[in-house]
Amino acid sequence: MNRFELGQLSRRGFMSLAAGGVALATTGAATQAQTVKTSARIVILGAGAGGAAIANRLADRLDGAQITVIDGRAEHWYQPGFTLIAAGLQGATYSVSQTTDWLPRGINFIADYAAEIDPEANRITTLGGERVDYDYLIVATGLTLDWDAVEGFDLAQTGPDTGITAHYAGPEQAAKTWAALDKFTDEGGVGLFGRPATEMKCAGAPLKITFLAEDIATRKGNRDKVDLTYNAHSASLFGVPVVDHRVRQLFDDRGIDYRWSHVLKAVDAGAKTATYATPEGDMTTAFDFINVIPPQRAPQVVRESGLSWADKWTDQGWIEVDQQTLRHARYANVFGIGDINGVPKGKTAASVKWHQPVVEDHLVSEIAGREGTKIFDGYTSCPLITRIGRAMLIEFDYKNHLVPSFPGVIAPLEELWVSWLMKEVALKATYNAMLRGRA
Amino acid sequence: MEEMTFGTILAVFEEIFGKGLFWAMVVVAALITVAYVYVLVRDREMSMRKFLLAQLSMPIGGIAAVWFVLWVTRSGLQHMGGPIDALLLLGIFGAGAVGFAILVYVAQSLVRGKQSES
Repeated sequence: MNRFELGQLSRRGFMSLAAGGVALATTGAATQAQTVKTSARIVILGAGAGGAAIANRLADRLDGAQITVIDGRAEHWYQPGFTLIAAGLQGATYSVSQTTDWLPRGINFIADYAAEIDPEANRITTLGGERVDYDYLIVATGLTLDWDAVEGFDLAQTGPDTGITAHYAGPEQAAKTWAALDKFTDEGGVGLFGRPATEMKCAGAPLKITFLAEDIATRKGNRDKVDLTYNAHSASLFGVPVVDHRVRQLFDDRGIDYRWSHVLKAVDAGAKTATYATPEGDMTTAFDFINVIPPQRAPQVVRESGLSWADKWTDQGWIEVDQQTLRHARYANVFGIGDINGVPKGKTAASVKWHQPVVEDHLVSEIAGREGTKIFDGYTSCPLITRIGRAMLIEFDYKNHLVPSFPGVIAPLEELWVSWLMKEVALKATYNAMLRGRA
Repeated sequence: MEEMTFGTILAVFEEIFGKGLFWAMVVVAALITVAYVYVLVRDREMSMRKFLLAQLSMPIGGIAAVWFVLWVTRSGLQHMGGPIDALLLLGIFGAGAVGFAILVYVAQSLVRGKQSES
């Protein structure tokens, strides 16, 4: 029955798709970007979302290039799924695949981490001692979560017994977050949420888990038993002012408290207290549930490479790329994709998707002896889940302007079912298509 | 969405359902469509009796489609937040209704064959 209905649902779509397919098949050559012959040696550092996708794109576009992907992590994690796992909507395996599942044929994959990046000598040295010379380098390492920066915190402490959670740490930790959140919303108590003061990936995620905790407690009929507080690192809930105001309104409506300039400093698992650095000094709060998101920085190997900004984000080490071309400011043969980029916006998978055509264009154009033209405008997207079944499709750019993909159709600041559908159904599919270089 | 091309949409659908299931559904939908055209050409007319039953079954297809989508997305009618949600829901109802009606018509035609109206 289900499968049958599924077939029926797609019937009309199929008809138009089929018609489009015929049209495309006849004009296929025009829509396919031209391949370029080259013997360039390209190294892609990192095989996450950014690295895998650009590897596929370049393998398609470049004929004869020696593409090497370096990454020691065997598992690929679909990180946008962590919130769904943490809310009990998916199991841990939802986000897990193998790194090699996404890499194209015909490239060289080194399953090891980089130990040294030498942009002067154009060389990467791996932990295992292998040296890889390159003509072009794409840095797509992602970032590291600095758990040690939260005093007293240890990933081994997390779970329903302590009420300490850390869904940013990975799929298993996200599943443990659900176990703790489930218990908390059954039994009630004080729940603490918040974000670090550094740049972070998906700045909407701490808000989402707060909204979901409220929704889950309400669904269980236990809303009056839970007391939820969001600890903002600054005097706003979100970096884009118009979104900040909207989230504030929703928090007020839903009875979620928020405090400004509270940055998590320490967690005491035994005493069940959290200490926050505030302008008035340290403040300690007791909790029954806490979601910890630590400061985030470039990996050590990147911070030691000389690629980082010298005068910005000096405690974080993001690389010095041009905001629009994503080309390194000092090393013209180096590009950045994803979280590692030292740009004011865009540590999301959606931004990674927008980085792809820009880096591809500038790199392939240079190899072909032309000048690239595409630019990245800071596009960042966050399907901000406000309850199970509803979300706001927030999209913005460097200027903090809202840039809706479907203007006049999907209102960015409204809680909509269609936006939830995008997160629940279409997002992972789009992400996977991106990894294959097809979206 | 940047680069919202036909290829992207196809790739996304393949990822949602898996390549095998997606193309199997496409083939099933195509077969039903071909069968529909076949019975129309064979009979050289629309049978109003079959069409009546097909029409009567439309709400079943529509409701089933809506129910199915709400079920797979863990949501309910209380989550409809704006006009686009209502339109999407109506679209899903409509697609389910029309698809099911065509299926019912084709099934009757293939099972019973051409019948006189009287």
